[in-house]
Amino acid sequence: MESGKPGRSIARRVTGILGVLVGGILLAAVACAPWGEERRIEPGGKPPVHLLGVGASFPYPLYSKWIEEYRKFNPHVNIDYQSIGSSGGINNILRGTVDFAGSDAPMTDEQLARAPAPIFHLPSVAGAVAITYNLPGVDKDLKLTPQVLADIFLGNITEWRDPELTSLNPELDLPDMGITVVRRSDGSGTTKIFTEYLSKVSPVWAERVGTGTSVEWPTGIGGKGNEGVAGTIKQIPGSIGYVEMAYATQNGLPRALIQNRAGRFVGPTLETTTAAAAGAAVQMLEDMRVSLTDAPGEDSYPIAGYTYLLVYRDQHNQRRGEALAHFLWWALHDGQEHARELLYAPLPDNVVKMAEAKIKEINYKGQPFIE
Amino acid sequence: MVGKAGRGKIKDTLFAGISGLAALSIIFIIIVMLYELVVGAGPALARFGWDFLTGTRWDPVREQFGAWPLIYGTLVSSFVALALAVPLSLGIAIYLAELAPPWLREPVAFLVELLAAIPSVVYGLWGLFVLVPWLRTTVQPFLGNTLGFLPLFQGPPLGMGMLAAGLVLAIMILPIITSITREVLLAVPSSQREAMLALGATRWETIRMAVLPYGRSGIVGAVILGLGRALGETMAVTMVIGNRPQVSLSLFHPGQTIASVIANEFTEGFNEMHLSALLASALLLFVITLLVNILARLMVWRMNKIPQGVSRE
Repeated sequence: MESGKPGRSIARRVTGILGVLVGGILLAAVACAPWGEERRIEPGGKPPVHLLGVGASFPYPLYSKWIEEYRKFNPHVNIDYQSIGSSGGINNILRGTVDFAGSDAPMTDEQLARAPAPIFHLPSVAGAVAITYNLPGVDKDLKLTPQVLADIFLGNITEWRDPELTSLNPELDLPDMGITVVRRSDGSGTTKIFTEYLSKVSPVWAERVGTGTSVEWPTGIGGKGNEGVAGTIKQIPGSIGYVEMAYATQNGLPRALIQNRAGRFVGPTLETTTAAAAGAAVQMLEDMRVSLTDAPGEDSYPIAGYTYLLVYRDQHNQRRGEALAHFLWWALHDGQEHARELLYAPLPDNVVKMAEAKIKEINYKGQPFIE
Repeated sequence: MVGKAGRGKIKDTLFAGISGLAALSIIFIIIVMLYELVVGAGPALARFGWDFLTGTRWDPVREQFGAWPLIYGTLVSSFVALALAVPLSLGIAIYLAELAPPWLREPVAFLVELLAAIPSVVYGLWGLFVLVPWLRTTVQPFLGNTLGFLPLFQGPPLGMGMLAAGLVLAIMILPIITSITREVLLAVPSSQREAMLALGATRWETIRMAVLPYGRSGIVGAVILGLGRALGETMAVTMVIGNRPQVSLSLFHPGQTIASVIANEFTEGFNEMHLSALLASALLLFVITLLVNILARLMVWRMNKIPQGVSRE
């Protein structure tokens, strides 16, 4: 009994401290933003509108920025975007559990056929895949033709002093080293764009490996995420791999020049990516699904792709639909300004025009939100 | 008086009921998990059957899935980790429990437990940026030159691979095995030690013949807990193992584990069959962990049955 008393009082004290802590956290949460802002009432006395989107992680930094900026522009619309991956985005929009979805790859015909109602593809920005490498003593950009690139990733070219490489880069002093291929180990839109490109330029690749977010790689080691690939390349002299253009630019990684369809060697930049988008717009389908890899055009960088926002054409809730249509319109115009700062390639004008037409079709009971 | 006792009885029943429910919830959670895994894995298991266990191709594009390289990578990386971590952990634990001067015990024990609190992604990053370059430039060339005739140490020194994964895992399971073993050794009654010393045994003989056998089942439990962590570890492994599903004897070669393939591919699952194959691998990991635990139980149970000539209190 004697020993029980102090024990109990300690327990009580601990409970007390915990209580104060929990209370404090709750108070802090109440005092902080979203909650505070939600209490703001629209002029009409209506509560604010909440929109939920899920999907691709590649555009997540941009969408976060958009959401933050759009809140300043229109405080009565709260948008939430969760990056759970493109396939998660597509599954959720098909089930109708979200207002919009993000996806790095357009939906397949089979997926669209499963949709209960027409789904629109709206390209939001374009991105590109940079080929980066670790070559000691090489200070100028490496040049690669599509064929050589495919042969390296197929494991057919295994030495940097291979005649194919030295004849392409006579001005470079390529080291006497073996080539170590580094690629993404996690499923990603970046891999999808890269393998789609290799499938287009190399029949052998198309037949042996194919296109996908994860594929069976003929050679090489896998790093997780852009940082995993870049970190691995940095550590293994003689390695080559691919990362997102934005990541390569931010981290000052070397970027190879790739020969495009016009025969020119082009590096990955915002301009060459937008050029690819403009070049591919010619072949764009009416539903805006298009591949940007190996796009025509003098300045087009050949390993590029759109990231899409997926929305239903026919909205079931007037206020949410209206908020969504206006947000998309804003993203298509003002939003493009923010894209450049975050190293996403803005849409070319011809594509903006096409996307405008689509947004004008979004409607509630046949009544479009934007005329 | 009667009322008070009656109330006590009600409280007892209530308490027993609530804690019983809490215990049952574990069984319920496991059954639900197993059910979800089996349902999700159904299509892949139906299509590949036993080939799923023995197949060596993992091709999401052509929907060919065989998990043998993943099983191999999971087991080999974990056993490399155990081979490195168990002797070291036992050494640390014995020193801390039996030999270390009192002023050293608590700080070192605290440091060991601190290791357990480091998030696995930090181990992964450390592995990628510190351990892997060191392996590539120093350890692997050395092993290749001296022990290169063994199939274990052949191939180009890439740094990344099975050896790196095993090393990172060893460091991660070290604190678990060490701290539990230390607790187990501390729980050995001092009468055991005193009896041995009274018989004229040396320090080492006391530890070997009285302390370790007494704590053996607890030590095996500690090792199994460490193994469990190693089998399921995801982030740290995936950052250093090279993520290449292949079966190779050499520890220098890249490999792949079940947990890391799931972490890598699940979010951007390619198609229904791909997702189903990933869930089937998860089921496989579940079964492997279960088998390891059952095996450990059996070992502990057998050991406790065999009398070892030491008294048990």
